[in-house]
Amino acid sequence: MADKSFFIDTTKCTACRGCQIACKQWNKNPGTKTFQKGNHQNPPDLSISTFKLVRFNEVVLPGGEPQWYFFPDQCRHCMSPPCKEVADTKAKGAIIHDEKTGAVIFNPKVKIKSSDFKEIREACPYDIPRYNLNTNIMAKCTMCFDRISEGMLPACVKTCPTGAMSFGDREEMLEKANKRLEEVKGRYPDAMLANPEDVRTIYLLADDPKKYHKFAVAMNPFGITRKMALKHLFKPLNHIRHLVG
Amino acid sequence: MTNHYIDFRNSDVILNMGGNVAENHPVSFKWIQAAKDKGAIFIHVDPRFTRTSTKADIFVRLRSGTDIAFLGGMIKYILDHNLYDEFYVKNYTNASFIVNPKYSFEDGLFSGYDPAKRTYDKSTWALEKDEQGIPKRDMTLQDPRCVFQLLKHHYSRYTLEKVSQITGTPVADLEKVYKTYGTTGTPDKAGTVLYAMGWTQHTVGVQNIRAMSIIQTLLGNMGIAGGGVNALRGESNVQGSTDQGLLFHILPGYLPTPRAQWPTLEDYNKTTPSTKDPRSINWWRHRPKYLVSFLKSMFGEKATKENDFGYPWMPKLDPTQDASWLNLFDEMYKGTFTGFFAWGMNPACSSANAGKVRQALAKLDWMVNVNVFDNETGEFWRGPGMDPKKIKTEVFQLPCAAFMEKEGSISNSGRWMQWRYKAANPPGEARPDGDIMYELFKKVRALYEKEKGAFPEPILNLKWDYETDGHFDIHKVAKEINGYDLTTGKLMANFVGLKDDGTTSCGNWLYSASYTEAGNMAARRKKTDPTGLGLYPEWSWCWPLNRRIIYNRASVDLDGNPRDPKRPLLRWDPSGKKWIGDVPDNAVPPMGTNGAYPFIMKPDGVASIFGPGLNDGPFPEHYEPLECPIEKNLMSSQRINPVVKIFEGGPDSFASCDPKYPFVCTTYRVTEHWQTGVLTRWLPWLIEAEPQVFCEMSLELAKLRGIKNGDRVIVETQRGKLEAVAIVTSRLKPFTIAGQTIHQIGVPWHFGWLQPKDGGESANLLTPTVGDPNTMIPESKAFMANVRKLTKQPAKKAVKG
Repeated sequence: MADKSFFIDTTKCTACRGCQIACKQWNKNPGTKTFQKGNHQNPPDLSISTFKLVRFNEVVLPGGEPQWYFFPDQCRHCMSPPCKEVADTKAKGAIIHDEKTGAVIFNPKVKIKSSDFKEIREACPYDIPRYNLNTNIMAKCTMCFDRISEGMLPACVKTCPTGAMSFGDREEMLEKANKRLEEVKGRYPDAMLANPEDVRTIYLLADDPKKYHKFAVAMNPFGITRKMALKHLFKPLNHIRHLVG
Repeated sequence: MTNHYIDFRNSDVILNMGGNVAENHPVSFKWIQAAKDKGAIFIHVDPRFTRTSTKADIFVRLRSGTDIAFLGGMIKYILDHNLYDEFYVKNYTNASFIVNPKYSFEDGLFSGYDPAKRTYDKSTWALEKDEQGIPKRDMTLQDPRCVFQLLKHHYSRYTLEKVSQITGTPVADLEKVYKTYGTTGTPDKAGTVLYAMGWTQHTVGVQNIRAMSIIQTLLGNMGIAGGGVNALRGESNVQGSTDQGLLFHILPGYLPTPRAQWPTLEDYNKTTPSTKDPRSINWWRHRPKYLVSFLKSMFGEKATKENDFGYPWMPKLDPTQDASWLNLFDEMYKGTFTGFFAWGMNPACSSANAGKVRQALAKLDWMVNVNVFDNETGEFWRGPGMDPKKIKTEVFQLPCAAFMEKEGSISNSGRWMQWRYKAANPPGEARPDGDIMYELFKKVRALYEKEKGAFPEPILNLKWDYETDGHFDIHKVAKEINGYDLTTGKLMANFVGLKDDGTTSCGNWLYSASYTEAGNMAARRKKTDPTGLGLYPEWSWCWPLNRRIIYNRASVDLDGNPRDPKRPLLRWDPSGKKWIGDVPDNAVPPMGTNGAYPFIMKPDGVASIFGPGLNDGPFPEHYEPLECPIEKNLMSSQRINPVVKIFEGGPDSFASCDPKYPFVCTTYRVTEHWQTGVLTRWLPWLIEAEPQVFCEMSLELAKLRGIKNGDRVIVETQRGKLEAVAIVTSRLKPFTIAGQTIHQIGVPWHFGWLQPKDGGESANLLTPTVGDPNTMIPESKAFMANVRKLTKQPAKKAVKG
């Protein structure tokens, strides 16, 4: 199986939330108690029961007209996952980086201390990891590892009605993303791909990433902590594989 | 729909107005995206900026209830700028037809108005005929009494400025939409319109759609790939249920329901549409064959020529009786009848003026509530404000199977009848609706056999043999709908062979050809697409006769060549003397100069720009909603549609231009819930995503009322109120209407007190009992309301005694 990636074209996303619900269905994640707080985004954030969340962000464009940006947020399955780098120093095997697909998977069998989890979460430039305080288990998007191992699409991609979500071989996804970026540049001059070289969940955004979500692009692509920065100097050899293709 | 969801991809310009396609028909958006990928322009016109608007190339706002003003302005723009398709207008519409000299329109009233009865005598809204009874025409379109000139005159008042004052849409925005949509008036361009309840649920609902139909015929967009007038249906099988005669005024296949003034079959058949014009195919002339075949299907061998094939056993409406929804519940409220089946519905939340409906349910002796989940209708007796001790209604709850727990067909918006299979057994004692009905009728009949009763013949004589090995068999029903040749016992090939002599049976002529000796056509799943236009002729089955785009002969020129070579829907092959492409809307040769007109279901054979059949006028005219924010209709002295029925007294009250209710309110749906939420409010993932009723309002209105985003508010009308959470958003903006600032708010109608406990109440507690004068669909999309911040009650101090 070749190295995999998602391509999420937000210019085609209508925020139907099919992906959010399909994710819950496949992962057997429960619906949580929520309230209407003056925003259609619900549940309010990712959690141990919500691996995929469509974020709704209302903005006023320079001409005074509204726009509503939708951001189907999920784990980026980083090429060099900083979460794993931290986790490896805490509990061996807590985070697995699948060599074939590139999926970054939180091992549900490995318990993590609450203080360690904090560091792991801080290491993530996209604020993805979540933690169950009762079971001491971390959780997030699995790239539908069980589905893709059988040649199926991830549940979110399979559900998307508009073609906003794609999944496939990384080269193919990168090509698709770059091609689509060229197509939409005319209409959206500020359009961009969010950290395409660093992640396996490549977003196409039509506007300033901050208008979508605080963590739409990496807050700090080299990690947050000093320890992390140091660690980067001694990257394990397996990361070199990605560099040389 | 005249076309199909897939066909959106063939359009150059897509107008979504009176609907919210991305939110309420989310999967269909893939075809809009497909059109956009090919460079199509997508326009959204709506009071609110919605998820649909985010993907629009052009989004403009209008005040709820002003669509005819908006579209009337577009008609004027198209005519003023010569954007119409002249060939199409002359040849395929009644633009050239001459109208009766007594027809007039003055200050909001068409000729023939009777203010006492609030109805029109429609006799002057007629087309002039020559001595042979053939409509008179002026092909130069210059005669001042021709439809084209009357149309021009009628809409000359709909200037950009006037329309802007009514709708609140800025003139520049109007022009942008008119100009863009007007580009589809050339034969090589296709424009389509997608609408939903935002157009229908008004006191001018039918005329909203008429106005757009006029635009579509002016631009030559009817009967072509990428065109049409396309109703996005709100329920997967609502098209099917309408086709099968769910409504009071039609039998299956749109045959009129018998009325008391037509006591015999002969009387009924006298109302068959007729024409003396040999160029008009007037397909409805075959109606007597379809009725007799239907009666044979109803009563089998008991239906004979001697007894009018059982016609006397069919229920008859009183001469002018309207037994539609609002009237039905009004009669229930008055205690006219005492028993009620609420089948797969939730009127305690879905009906306009739901508070009245809840009171009406208390007048019943019994109610049977058939549903997948419990709902506010079945539990009305213990709902808010009800005292169970004082309610006599006995409620029976019958659990039924959900869609994946039963086999059968659904007919989608595009008229495709698709077979579905059972995937799981229903839980517990739940059974498919068909099984429940089948067994129920057997019990009713047994009672009649035993106890007789008044007028037992229809019940005793009904053919009720849809079972195999003692079990209800849905395939037998599907075959009955298709019909049989009773002389051979074979299934009909199609409706062309149906007869009025009792030798054929057919449950619904429109569906004849759906289940033939060759098999169940609805179950077909072949993905071939010979035209490349996405017709997929062997995927499921489409009524009528598997014709995927109706009125398709309007897509060709007089010689049968496609007018749009890029999208050749139909082409006449002169050597083979046959049509190639879609199933032609009648397989006659090309029209030439004296051949058959393409609009075969219209008595004159052409599209009706002048439409004399409706109750409120042959041309759409702007009237304000029953409840509106301005004292005077800027178009005429008639503030509201002059022929609407006004319900008064008791729970029916209205407040127009009342400072107590200053804001225009509308109701709508969100992606995550369906209808009253009976199915979706119980699903944890969906209620998690949209947990509670909300009220959307502009930043300006929120400031005016001291409301902050997320505050709890009270939304109130003359009829009722509910608590909601304020969503203060830049997606709504105040309108400038006739110089005044008018605010608009909106509330979704998915909620109800039963589940979840903190979800909130139905928005239909707010809506009025008033309907369109043609269909009586309620005006749920434009009414007047107030919104205010909910101030907390001070906590009661403990009194020490």
